Amino acid sequence: MSLWEYANPKKFLTTSERVLPVFWWLSGACIVIGLIWGFFFTPDDYRQGSTVKIIYLHVPSALMAINAWLMMLVASLIWLIRRHHVSALAARAAAPVGATMTVIALVTGAIWGQPMWGTWWAWDPRLTSFLILFLFYLGYIALWSAIEDPDTAADLTSVLCLVGSVFAILSRYAVNFWNQGLHQGASVMRAGAITGTDTEEKVSNIFFFPLMVCMVGFVLLFIALVLYRTGTEIRARRIRALMARERMAA
Amino acid sequence: MIPDLGKYAVTVLSSYGASLVLLALLVAVTLWRGRKVRADMAELENRLKTKANRDG
Repeated sequence: MSLWEYANPKKFLTTSERVLPVFWWLSGACIVIGLIWGFFFTPDDYRQGSTVKIIYLHVPSALMAINAWLMMLVASLIWLIRRHHVSALAARAAAPVGATMTVIALVTGAIWGQPMWGTWWAWDPRLTSFLILFLFYLGYIALWSAIEDPDTAADLTSVLCLVGSVFAILSRYAVNFWNQGLHQGASVMRAGAITGTDTEEKVSNIFFFPLMVCMVGFVLLFIALVLYRTGTEIRARRIRALMARERMAA
Repeated sequence: MIPDLGKYAVTVLSSYGASLVLLALLVAVTLWRGRKVRADMAELENRLKTKANRDG
């Protein structure tokens, strides 16, 4: 069985409808458990106080903001190389999800930054690249809506997605590239931080485990949303094709 | 039973409030549009089937 079988819209729809309930329930369970665990059963941080509880929303949403764009990049490349409509529609379906995740990351970051940094916003490399990533999301969604021919729209948005990938990667590694600004470096997903061999400051396990549950929940929610929205896009495309055929026949 | 959030209560609760509202909106809009497109498609297919039967 080949992965390319799912490029067939009918096969994609039947398979996604079978697996979707699992993703909905698992994502809901992980997010609810992770947030309740983090909010009610973890202590305050000795420096950040209770604002540390914001990481259970800020980190998973920031993770998905970047990964959504990377998923769109892979789907766009598949469209450009193999011309599978489902992959172009999957990229389109993922964009509003990624944009919402970016807004959540920016908003929670700003709310956290006010008491911790003394400012809602700073032109820090990571914050700025994240804002530009959000603008790319808006541009990508607008471009899809602005072009009537779906194949041309898929071509142009795929190229935009390739360009925007630079900012998705910059958002992730901006702290490493420019060792300046207010935003801290990675302290969650470093191998050394998990194994305990890292000498730099790391997230304590008491915060790390509920955070991991939330991150898994956000990944599963993203998959559920993209599968569902791709099905919607496939049906919307079919409606457009049927209506065009009806108009031709009239 | 909200834990004691101290002087950062507004900060933490507003972060959770804003994020959960945005997530709920995203899921609601996704499901609403999905159901609408399904209904539109069923209606269109019915109309085309009726038309095909009428035309023989």
